[in-house]
Amino acid sequence: MKIIADTGKCVGAGQCVLTDPDLFDQSEDDGTVLVLNAEPEGEEAEENARTAVHICPGQALSLA
Amino acid sequence: MTDVEETTATLPMARKCPFSPPPEYETLREKSPVSRVGLPSGQTAWALTRLEDIREMLSSPHFSSDRRNPSFPMLVARPVRPEDDSFRPSLIGMDPPEHSQARRDVVGEFTVKRMKALQPRIQQIVDDHIDALLAGPRPADLVQALSLPVPSLVICELLGVPYSDHDFFQACSSKMLSREVSPEERQTAFESLRNYLDELVTKKEADATEDDLLGRQILKQRETGEADHAELVSLAFLLLIAGHETTANMISLGTVTLLENPDQLAKIKADPGKTLAAIEELLRVFTIAETATSRFATADVEIGGTLIRAGEGVVGLSNAGNHDPDGFENPDTFDIERGARHHVAFGFGVHQCLGQNLARLELQIVFDTLFRRVPGLRIAVPVDELPFKHDSTIYGLHALPVTW
Repeated sequence: MKIIADTGKCVGAGQCVLTDPDLFDQSEDDGTVLVLNAEPEGEEAEENARTAVHICPGQALSLA
Repeated sequence: MTDVEETTATLPMARKCPFSPPPEYETLREKSPVSRVGLPSGQTAWALTRLEDIREMLSSPHFSSDRRNPSFPMLVARPVRPEDDSFRPSLIGMDPPEHSQARRDVVGEFTVKRMKALQPRIQQIVDDHIDALLAGPRPADLVQALSLPVPSLVICELLGVPYSDHDFFQACSSKMLSREVSPEERQTAFESLRNYLDELVTKKEADATEDDLLGRQILKQRETGEADHAELVSLAFLLLIAGHETTANMISLGTVTLLENPDQLAKIKADPGKTLAAIEELLRVFTIAETATSRFATADVEIGGTLIRAGEGVVGLSNAGNHDPDGFENPDTFDIERGARHHVAFGFGVHQCLGQNLARLELQIVFDTLFRRVPGLRIAVPVDELPFKHDSTIYGLHALPVTW
């Protein structure tokens, strides 16, 4: 699993950071998503990545 | 493409039970999930009641939030309109690319980390108000003692608005959101608050500091050479109203709901790690700011099998979506362990609530502290006698008499 983030679509809601702060953070300047770990391993981290994609309001996250 | 029945339904619909959406939503969803409805403005619009349709509409680039456009569906008989064009639309009334830039200018102020840094100060504000509550007479009105002052103080400090003016701006805000006041009164409240914030921003421009959000925005504008006074006034206007009214109502509604569901309350008392999950569930169940998810189509688009034509208004009934059984199993059950975070109580798409993480943090600190420090808290009147805000654009409680 690989997390792909499109910062152009990100609206800085921070829902991904709330879901898993080990996978995501936000830029201090404009709040856009920073992927801390693009290749989550383990059931819990993968489930969190799927949740983050599902609830991302700007649909800026996807999985490959 | 399915045939759509013309309905005679009119929005807004009233909640019968204070803890549930209007019962007609279920009928609409079952009969015609994308249906024609009348609005108090005399307009007709499409009402969406399915979660997936609402999410699709709110994330589609073919729907506009531009409230200056006459096609925008209005849920009040006569909307407040500035008499001149000096008032800019706030974030919620703009579309990309104008909106994208304006949101990006300010969103860094509301990141999860920035909000967390406010935790000690919010905790202190909550503790001070609970000290005062405990030292005061019983019963007490929790709305005045806690629900309203906590988020008001927090947003005032964050923005740089003097809290000493809270009686003034709370009265303006409440009139603007009420469905009961005359259009003239609403207009006067709007003008008064706009003039107040216009003066405040002018003062800050003369002496901008890094100490508050408005000062930081002024300094940032100077750096980029894009000083825009009118934009700052409308930003201050939106954040001040949205920052206190919504959270205040969720504090009151959440307190009542948790007290009425002692088994659920016991779970967060035993494990405060569950409070955030309880807050998501409370947000879903109440969905207090439903009209924020209205738009109009800028192109012909199919939603839920129905063709919506360019220029037609659409009201995403987010409270209906948040009780859609296809989105949430047993949607009418209040279950803090549901773990469902795909609700649309904060909206969806590019306009999803800017202050959502501030709201979550305030609610978390309030509930954890209130139930820990006042373990005997109870509602001082029968629940069916509580004055729920059936008359306001933002649902909530006018008062909440409590004792302990």
